[in-house]
Amino acid sequence: MIELVQTYWVYFLVGQYPNGPLGGLALTVLLAALALVLALPLGVVLGLARISPFRTIRWPVTVIVYVVRGVPLLMVIFWAYFFLPSVTGHKTEQFSTMLIALVLFDGVYLAEIVRAGILGIPRGQFECARSLGLGYWRTMRLVILPQALRHMLPSLVNQFVATIKETSLGYIIGLTEVSFIAAQINTQVFTRAPEVYGLLALTYFVLCFGLSRVAYGLEQRLVRGSPVRPAASTVTAVQSLKAPA
Amino acid sequence: MIRFDKVNKWYGAYHALVDVTEHIAKGEVVVVCGPSGSGKSTLIRTLNRLEPIGSGTITIDGEDIHRRGLDVNAFRSRIGFLFQQFNLFPHLTALENCTLAPLHLRRLTPAAAREASLALLDRVGLAHKADAYPSELSGGQQQRVAIARALAMEPPLMLFDEPTSALDPEMVGEVLLVMRALAKDGMTMVCVTHEMGFAREVADRVIFMDHGRVLERGTPEAFFSRPEHPRAQQFLSDIRTPFAQAA
Repeated sequence: MIELVQTYWVYFLVGQYPNGPLGGLALTVLLAALALVLALPLGVVLGLARISPFRTIRWPVTVIVYVVRGVPLLMVIFWAYFFLPSVTGHKTEQFSTMLIALVLFDGVYLAEIVRAGILGIPRGQFECARSLGLGYWRTMRLVILPQALRHMLPSLVNQFVATIKETSLGYIIGLTEVSFIAAQINTQVFTRAPEVYGLLALTYFVLCFGLSRVAYGLEQRLVRGSPVRPAASTVTAVQSLKAPA
Repeated sequence: MIRFDKVNKWYGAYHALVDVTEHIAKGEVVVVCGPSGSGKSTLIRTLNRLEPIGSGTITIDGEDIHRRGLDVNAFRSRIGFLFQQFNLFPHLTALENCTLAPLHLRRLTPAAAREASLALLDRVGLAHKADAYPSELSGGQQQRVAIARALAMEPPLMLFDEPTSALDPEMVGEVLLVMRALAKDGMTMVCVTHEMGFAREVADRVIFMDHGRVLERGTPEAFFSRPEHPRAQQFLSDIRTPFAQAA
């Protein structure tokens, strides 16, 4: 075990870098981080569109959400890898393929989390902000989303953890992320699969556990300003969104 | 100042407001009362366009407030609205609740907004709670912060939609005191309330509604001592002797 780690740790962490492309754990972390950072704003935009008072915005986005949610991530990756080049004319390299697939896929899931978060805010909050003279966007930005994001945090963390693990599907299209590297190491040492894959599992666990703890800490910090009162109204913000302003 | 002219509103087939024609003068304090479902909350909510109307016109200072193309946000920022459920923003402190709209709509500097809001919190007796979150305040305190928040936009008109109905009895008084002080300062106020003591003492006029119609209007003395409409007579006798029917 020790010897295995000693021989392969650099390869495991960064792949062939600096003599080749960046790979290994570093690539996994980079991919996951970029996917999270890009998917969250997409999720917020799609989530807002899902509850837009305008059908022309709401309907197309609803279709996208249903379609993407209805296919496996693996298929989204295949589409991005095989189908996208036939449209754009040039081959997409693995990293951006994987990133696009993850951002789209997770953006859609996050959109539903965002939607649920917004719908969970009592309608009175929306009406009250509007009655002060704040417009739709200011109401969303200053009043509704800050509250909704707090409620959404556990679900967001869930999705973020899933995203970290989903990067392992890059293996399928030959992206040299940490699972791919582990498989490479396994073919080289041949007889030590339990140790190699055990270490791989531990690596993912540490990443996900770390993220969960950071999120938990954040949640604790937000507790003071969070609503303790139960929602006063069962009617939610979205019904007032649909009322003419 | 406010003029309702033949205002009608329907919720589907339900006729919520029926030919409401009413005039409210500047500086007047009007209490709207009536049994639940009588349309009084609907009426007050049409005044800042939280509810659209079906037909008729509502004008404030001569401006048709339900016309298309009205700058709704600018219009609403000139009307204070108090809700039964307070609706303080739970993620902001009492002070931040008050400064939010002035910071973004009146373009005040943070220091100026803070100073003005602290003065308002002081006016409702809660300067010492400026840094408390709503969850740390009692219902009465929350409603007083909500009043300070509404005043922060310096509106010439304040609307109250059953401001004390969600409060425990011992907290009703503190909110009514703040409202009475506002009335004394000459604020134009329209209050939907069941607080008949407040109506009797503070209101210039009482409007009685039932089934979407204004059935009676008059001074508090006239309304409470000589109600003319049978429905108003019954309403008053019901609230005076709540156990009469059971006995």
